[in-house]
Amino acid sequence: MSKKYDIAIIGAGVVGASIARRLSRYKLTVALLEKEVDVSFGTSKANSGIIHAGFHDTPGSLKAELCVRGNTEYDRLADELEFPFERRGELVVAFDEEQQQTLYKLYRNGQQNGVRYMELLGRERTLELEPNLNPDVLGSLYAPTAGIIGPYEYCFALVENAVKNGVELLLSFEVAGIHKTNNFFSVESSDGRSIESSFLVNAAGLCADRIAAMCGMNNFKITPRKGEEYLLDKRVGKLVRRVIFPAPKTNSKGILVIPTIDGPVMIGPTADDIDDKEDFSTTKEGLDRVFAFTSHTVPAIRVSDIITSFAGLRPVPSRNDFIIDKTEVSGFINAAGIQSPGLTASPAIAEKICGIILSCGLRMELNPDFNPKRKAKIRTRTLVENRDYDTLGKLIQSDKNYSKLVCRCENVSEAEIIDAIYRGHTTIDSIKYATRACSGRCQGGFCTSRILQLISEHAGIDILKITKKGPGSELILHRIDKGHQ
Amino acid sequence: MKSVDVLVIGAGAAGLAAAVSLKENSIEDVLVVDRQNFAGGILFQCIHSGFGLHRFGEELTGPEYAQRYIDMAECQNVEMLLSSSVVDIVSKDDIKEVIILSQDSGLVKVKVKAIILAMGCRERNRGNINIPGSRPAGIFTAGLAQKLVNIEGYMPGNEFVIVGSGDIGLIMARRLTLEGAKVKAVLEIQPYPGGLDRNIVQCLDDFDIPLYTSHIVTNICGSRRVESVDVSEITDGRLTPKMKISCDTLLLSVGLIPENELSITAGVSLNAATAGPIVSSDYMTNVPGIFACGNVLHVHDLVDYVSDEASACAKAVSMYLANKLPQDKCIPVHSGNMVRYVVPSTVKPQCDAILKLRPVAPMKNVKIKVVSDRGDVLKSKKLIRAIPSEMITVQLNDVPTGCKSITVYFEI
Repeated sequence: MSKKYDIAIIGAGVVGASIARRLSRYKLTVALLEKEVDVSFGTSKANSGIIHAGFHDTPGSLKAELCVRGNTEYDRLADELEFPFERRGELVVAFDEEQQQTLYKLYRNGQQNGVRYMELLGRERTLELEPNLNPDVLGSLYAPTAGIIGPYEYCFALVENAVKNGVELLLSFEVAGIHKTNNFFSVESSDGRSIESSFLVNAAGLCADRIAAMCGMNNFKITPRKGEEYLLDKRVGKLVRRVIFPAPKTNSKGILVIPTIDGPVMIGPTADDIDDKEDFSTTKEGLDRVFAFTSHTVPAIRVSDIITSFAGLRPVPSRNDFIIDKTEVSGFINAAGIQSPGLTASPAIAEKICGIILSCGLRMELNPDFNPKRKAKIRTRTLVENRDYDTLGKLIQSDKNYSKLVCRCENVSEAEIIDAIYRGHTTIDSIKYATRACSGRCQGGFCTSRILQLISEHAGIDILKITKKGPGSELILHRIDKGHQ
Repeated sequence: MKSVDVLVIGAGAAGLAAAVSLKENSIEDVLVVDRQNFAGGILFQCIHSGFGLHRFGEELTGPEYAQRYIDMAECQNVEMLLSSSVVDIVSKDDIKEVIILSQDSGLVKVKVKAIILAMGCRERNRGNINIPGSRPAGIFTAGLAQKLVNIEGYMPGNEFVIVGSGDIGLIMARRLTLEGAKVKAVLEIQPYPGGLDRNIVQCLDDFDIPLYTSHIVTNICGSRRVESVDVSEITDGRLTPKMKISCDTLLLSVGLIPENELSITAGVSLNAATAGPIVSSDYMTNVPGIFACGNVLHVHDLVDYVSDEASACAKAVSMYLANKLPQDKCIPVHSGNMVRYVVPSTVKPQCDAILKLRPVAPMKNVKIKVVSDRGDVLKSKKLIRAIPSEMITVQLNDVPTGCKSITVYFEI
């Protein structure tokens, strides 16, 4: 007999996770279904980590409304959930007269969307804010309310807090079929599990069109739009403090220079519509394009400083806006086509979805035991960077594992890795997203074997079964025969 | 706060030899720190032979070579702090304060008079050489694979393609073959092999493993695990698609980078050509009292030379502590024709110096020349051949006073 829930959410990216956490405030039974082995493993993991101000989007669109509203939520969320977040600001730069005109248009957009504190800056003030920009810059649009964030920490924190407040997370639950009988959806996974729910929220990212089709709705398509990103060695330093945008062209916000919350500068993404929803490859051509643009904007950027690259796929809907609404199938609600500014908008999307469910007549009583707080593990890296050795000394006294550095590039201690394992992250990629081990300049060359041991020891998984990112991505293929005794 | 005369950071080949030599030079108050729970560093995963021919006159394995030095260090009562990482060095006048995170002792602050940087190097990886394609499991640096196979007893794959013909890649080609894996190809971007001749013969030729020079991987395919790689040939600077090789694992042996993040924290300036500290002929960096030797200074071809360099460095440290290091102005050493780099970056008048250098490309029947800015030939040496994979050593005796710089170059 499959378990019954009030609401099931398909997809544990930032959108699904935000909805789950929002719903966990109420006395409801909620299931969060994710096809991958960990949350944030789809589009969310390849996010640029920017909380946009909201001037890019067309006034009147859902994108514009939810982006601006979502933006204001982050101070409170970061405080409650302890994920890294800083309001650094965005700067759109112009190098010619036409681009200057675009800045003006964006400024007017922003005003209409309700973005506050924007300024159009001249050359001098622009270079004062960002001295490493190409001195040929003519001016910029400055939006100080924009921020940067650790996108997977955000998603991990949302899910952790949701689970703590009663949401059930079902991982490796790839939806294979949906049947509606009477007032219930019966949702089956490809491995034979099934659940039932009164409401079904479609936050399935790239697969949202397929999920909708399972309920008989073929009224939108999701096309993957690939974005390649390149990460530079943190030694290159803080080339920029704010997120730097070009004056935008049609299908994207352009190729950016992004100061990541963890220190290194990231450049990208490209924006190429492709057919294959599984194609996460980076290309020589993409690299060349990213560099051609960014090295013009910030001349100190050099190809030789790349430490790694990756690609993500944005779910681009056939309609030109977020698809957030109830549908002709009662109880089936879409949170689909959430491309940029989806991360920024995610808290507002969650709020909107809650409103829709309420309007459908579900009784939503506040849960008096709801605890909005989630504690993050203190990071050795932060203390070392701040030379706060008194605190670090005390921390080591309370937990000896803080003195064992596993990742030397990013100063990640064994305490942090063990903590991440107990929070449920048991693949190499999850540990990387949760702790930053393997994400520094040696890219796991030194620490991978220790992390394998720690996962095996603390999660009780045979080394041969430990994967990079789920079944099929095992790292070790077999043990070496030790011969006869 | 604990205080020592000399702190050696790293207990690998360089750190051990430095510590032993410090004791031999009557420096008693020495502490060696290493992040691993054993001394010997990377040598313990190098279970092949070929170590020690120069230093001990016999052919040892990596662990045997390390053990020789561990025994000497024990004999000399060298104090070791293992499972401990140095995270910070702050210089205040002549005293340096070092922050160590130690598994047994917690957070330790140590005051030191001199430091020997002996942290070794790390491997270049996929990101550094920008191989396009997907990001599946099954991509390892050769050194990580070596650790998994030789120390942990795990096989990371069955069918391998190895990128780069550096020595670790060659050694791993043989090692994996002996463990029953199939090494389908070794690819080298340069038109000549990157490793030592003896390794090309003993590790590839003897096992019929094909080496493709002037070839690179242009794409990695496979979503969960590596499935194949696309390979192109480089001719006259242009890429010609050549073949698709199916494999489940890609090993990268594409060079080593001296590990100097800590040195940077301590204010040490680096040489762009070596990625190691800029040192004088007495191995001292721009920060007085901080010295460097071994692979953290520049990547060596043989461990024997690492040990030699560490001994020389230790000797200089003992002179520094006795206030006997020559104070003369340093004379810069420039890399001339066909010279990729020279270590040290400066020499001192009326002193001896050992210059270590690498050529830009392979050459035959050349002369290596050291000349002063006034045109005096300080050294001239004939070489039957010079190749990038072999370090060349030139002994300079009694550097003349009055010259403003010296240049090392190949006369072809």
